[in-house]
Amino acid sequence: MLGINEADWVALWLTLRLAAVTTVILLMLGTPLAWWLAHARSKTKLAVESIVALPLVLPPTVLGFYVLMLLGAQGPIQALGGPNLAFTFTGLVIGSVLYSLPFVVQPLQNAFSELSRSTLEAAATLRATRLDRFVSIILPLTRRGFLTAITLGFAHTVGEFGVVLMIGGNIPGETQVISIAIYDHVEAIDYGSAHRLSALLLGLSFIMLFTLYSINGRFRIRSA
Amino acid sequence: MIDFDFTLTRPDFRLAVAGQIPATGVTALFGRSGCGKTTLLRCLAGLEPAAQGHLRVNGVSWLDANKHLPPHQRPIGYVFQEGALFPHLTVAGNLHYGYKRIPPPARQLHPEDVITLLGLAPLLKRHPHALSGGQRQRVAIGRALLTSPQLLLMDEPLAALDAISKNDILPWLEKLHQTLDLPVVYVSHAIEEVARLADHMLLLERGKLIAAGPLATLLSRTDLPLAHADNAVSVIEGDAGSWDPHYHLLQVAFAGGTLLIPSQQPPQQSRIRIRVAARDVTINLAAAAHDSALNHLPARITGFSDDPHPAHQLVSLLLGDSTPLLARITRKSRDQLGLTEGMAIYVQFKAVALS
Repeated sequence: MLGINEADWVALWLTLRLAAVTTVILLMLGTPLAWWLAHARSKTKLAVESIVALPLVLPPTVLGFYVLMLLGAQGPIQALGGPNLAFTFTGLVIGSVLYSLPFVVQPLQNAFSELSRSTLEAAATLRATRLDRFVSIILPLTRRGFLTAITLGFAHTVGEFGVVLMIGGNIPGETQVISIAIYDHVEAIDYGSAHRLSALLLGLSFIMLFTLYSINGRFRIRSA
Repeated sequence: MIDFDFTLTRPDFRLAVAGQIPATGVTALFGRSGCGKTTLLRCLAGLEPAAQGHLRVNGVSWLDANKHLPPHQRPIGYVFQEGALFPHLTVAGNLHYGYKRIPPPARQLHPEDVITLLGLAPLLKRHPHALSGGQRQRVAIGRALLTSPQLLLMDEPLAALDAISKNDILPWLEKLHQTLDLPVVYVSHAIEEVARLADHMLLLERGKLIAAGPLATLLSRTDLPLAHADNAVSVIEGDAGSWDPHYHLLQVAFAGGTLLIPSQQPPQQSRIRIRVAARDVTINLAAAAHDSALNHLPARITGFSDDPHPAHQLVSLLLGDSTPLLARITRKSRDQLGLTEGMAIYVQFKAVALS
């Protein structure tokens, strides 16, 4: 299909699966973390904030290298009796979660810190429990932040290269993602295949961002 | 009866207040900004998790050594300074937010009642950003009432409004007071508002309670800062009598005499409250037969005290046996008239306001 071979479709499917699993995990971890960062005032907050932002400035190979040390043979996880996660899909998920963390946490943190305290307190005095407040007030008011976090987390994971190469290597069907498949085609001077995959990725990314911006525009809530 | 004893320590502030709030009527928490009145209100609502002490409302403990009832479990209504309406919901959505969360048997007020009481019908489909400040506060009050609270807490609901919106909403608050039998705790730093709405008052200063009691008594106590404010005021409560449609004057009888008050229309209720600013009271030695003042009443001087302005004296008076009144006159007038404590004189009001 589209002149793309079987192996490349496998790589694309794996990439999308990786991005989806990573995004779901990031939402579960990132939401409470972003909430804490938006409201904490301690010194610990600054340290945590810096750690979360590290993947933005660190070369992906550095991050990948440390994750490999953590997961691979002789790493602390194995020392504690855990499995060897290097060169596995699970290992890729762990690496991607760390790598895309700031892209999910930061939009959520910004959205949470814009919520006014009295709005949430008002909901509490109107008998809404904690969970009820999250669903009925926080989610609708920070919908734009969540959409941005989901899109950026997903898209950024789709585009990752360095971290994957370090932790996952290049095992077709297990750890070979689309960006590595493109790299392989270029190495093999198969520019035609590289071109088709790259164009597909470019198109996908554009559609994701375009959808995000048009939805977010509609959700804009004028502040009272 | 609401019985409270709170301590709350913050790096730059300490609240340590204990007292009682009557189970009926409007109680004002009054003081300058930073005195802790809003913090005390937040403690009553359970919005200050660090508050310690105890709180009992009509015999039920909301806070003690082993218990801190969270806000969503307290049967209160809370009106925030700027409304705190939910921006993503319409007015109707805001009104129903609390109502939906109350078990049906506990609902005493229903949307129709509150919409009528506060005149909200034309606003129901609008979003908060399309409302004026006064309308927003009316919706916020309606939303709080629809939880059928046992206690209504209001944090300076008029502070963010301009004078026009204030005058727009005050009649609704008075109506609320007269229609619903619901204790209200009202935070304010404006004497005019308090004199208009409150029945009782708790006076706070730097995190401490400095006085508490019925409004009329506290307003006229010269050992408290209220009497010395530029806009010091006394309130007189009386019964509405006949209304003269030709002159638009209403007769009000109270323990110290009878007054004629300008009024556009016949009275809506039988109990009438009148506010008299201390600067609008003049003192005469004899009942003048030929002057334009309608309200000329015998009174007795009960004391003098100095006012912040060196030219002024504050005269404490008693109309009849039980109605205190403040008059601010110049020291020169006091000496020229030879006023002394215990003296019987006549007072005359240059202006009175009805509420």
